[in-house]
Amino acid sequence: MRRDAGWWALIAPAFLLLTLVYIAPILQVLAISVLEPSPGLSNYERLFTSESVQRVIVTTLRICTITTAIALGLGYVLAYVIAMASEAARRWWLLAVLVPLWISVLVRAFAWVTLLRRQGVINQGLMGAGIIEEPLALVWNETGIVIGMVHYMVPYAVLPMLAAMREIDPRLLTAARGMGASRGTVFGRVFLPLSLPGVIASGVLVFIFSLGFYITPAILGGGRTLMVAEWIKLQILDLIRWGLGAMMATMLVIAILATLAIFARVVNLRRLFGGGA
Amino acid sequence: MSHALSLRGLTKRYGAFVAVDDVSLEVAAGAFLTLLGPSGSGKTTILMAIAGFLSPDAGTILLDGRDITPLPPERRDFGMVFQGYALFPHMTVAENIAFPLRVRKLGRAERDAKVRAALDLVQLTGLSDRRPMQLSGGQQQRVALARALVFDPALLLLDEPLSALDKKLRAELQEELRALHRRVGRTFVNVTHDQDEALSLSDQVAILNHGRLIQAGAPAALYERPATRFVADFLGKSNFFTAVAEGGRLHVGGIVLAQRDAPPSGAVLLSLRPEKIALLADGQSAANVAEGRILSWQYLGAGFSLVVDTPLGPLRATLPSWRAPIAPAAGLAVRLGWAADAAVAVIEDAA
Repeated sequence: MRRDAGWWALIAPAFLLLTLVYIAPILQVLAISVLEPSPGLSNYERLFTSESVQRVIVTTLRICTITTAIALGLGYVLAYVIAMASEAARRWWLLAVLVPLWISVLVRAFAWVTLLRRQGVINQGLMGAGIIEEPLALVWNETGIVIGMVHYMVPYAVLPMLAAMREIDPRLLTAARGMGASRGTVFGRVFLPLSLPGVIASGVLVFIFSLGFYITPAILGGGRTLMVAEWIKLQILDLIRWGLGAMMATMLVIAILATLAIFARVVNLRRLFGGGA
Repeated sequence: MSHALSLRGLTKRYGAFVAVDDVSLEVAAGAFLTLLGPSGSGKTTILMAIAGFLSPDAGTILLDGRDITPLPPERRDFGMVFQGYALFPHMTVAENIAFPLRVRKLGRAERDAKVRAALDLVQLTGLSDRRPMQLSGGQQQRVALARALVFDPALLLLDEPLSALDKKLRAELQEELRALHRRVGRTFVNVTHDQDEALSLSDQVAILNHGRLIQAGAPAALYERPATRFVADFLGKSNFFTAVAEGGRLHVGGIVLAQRDAPPSGAVLLSLRPEKIALLADGQSAANVAEGRILSWQYLGAGFSLVVDTPLGPLRATLPSWRAPIAPAAGLAVRLGWAADAAVAVIEDAA
């Protein structure tokens, strides 16, 4: 008993800190969402009545789904190449995947704007080559947001999948070949099923990250395509509608928890977030 | 239907390192061949070349006289039991065994029948829905065997199949593997570093060292007539001493040896197995006698292992412990004797 109390005392400072700076504000957000502008569920009613609220949610889910799908596709190929590379090559590959993470998300978003805008390198190049006549609308719309977000998310997609792939015993692949399976069959029947937990883990991670994305959509969307995070900022800072903003923030938290709850049944979340196997 | 395998001048290099150096071997149809050698001897490299997982730099691999060297592994139709078994963790036992049939696009009914027959063959009936993780090491080994045999392969390749098991289980499975070989009547090629396993399982043993084939033959032939010092030393234990032939007599340490097939002149390296040395009682004699004192001794249950300091150098001898004529003690004077055909002339291995 006394020993237990001692351990609790050690945990107490961290526990208090988390409660103060993390849980209390979230509870306050929850409170605001039902108290402002007047007590009641009027803010939540908007979920069913307001077209603009629904549009933001649908847009966010669509962008997040597309981003997740593309990031998983690109990430899987990258992770596969890295997993199959030699030890020396693997280190360079990993570095190349991780370097973008060290560059400010703001810098990256603006870099994409300069690349993708009407006078940007991509449009000028394509027009110069005679492939297109009119510049493509690559930025300040959903396309721009998805490009920027995919770029940000690929490393997060690669790492869990790579971890899962590296756990696959290479002898299994050799064994499958030895039993008469072609390279394609080995991939489809052995490698892919064994890497699937990593794919699901990556998918959950990327999707959850995408839901609350703010800077990239704000810059590459040019204010025309609104995702949830930017919409919340708009409500709270520009329109001073705290209740509505807080309601959407609450919905965001609920959506993330719901996603986690669903996939907790499929994958081992402790592994996903770096806990012991 | 069993098939004969031959290797002709097989060579594999990794940069300057020669993993397999000009190895030629003939394996008769239906034989059980074991490639035996210490780690780094090239035995696994040879097995992987037979399986098609690596291509030799020189030499050919023939199956019933047909050159299969350029074929990829999936076209060779060989069953293989991998080290650590390599069972698919996401499949049940039945799915694991069905895998080679599935990639061969067999119909469901035929597949099920063959899987059942394979499970019966390795006595695992009733475990078909388990996952490999839920099985013991011995059971996993049997699943691996069933999976390697289910598609009636031309050849069964075994890469240290028993090394992961504890000693008692290993002995049990050795017997089973031997029985299985008789039952299916196929050509088996096994790789091991365990000399007991090689001797007890095989019809034919090929001893390898530094990528070279040192000697191949039936287990008893290798044990009784080793060609080189390495073979005599690696298969069982052996005493070695160099005798010099002069005027038709063989001398060593001031003793004249009676040795069958002794060379007329020059130095000869002799290998003498400890169990062929007898402890002589007073008045008893033998073709060769060496007197000495016990340097050290070990009790091994079934027998004693003695090291006796003789004029030939320290000689290791074994003595049955049941009703042993002496109680071994360091410093005890003993007389050792052995027959004229007990020692075998071997050659020193090239470095």
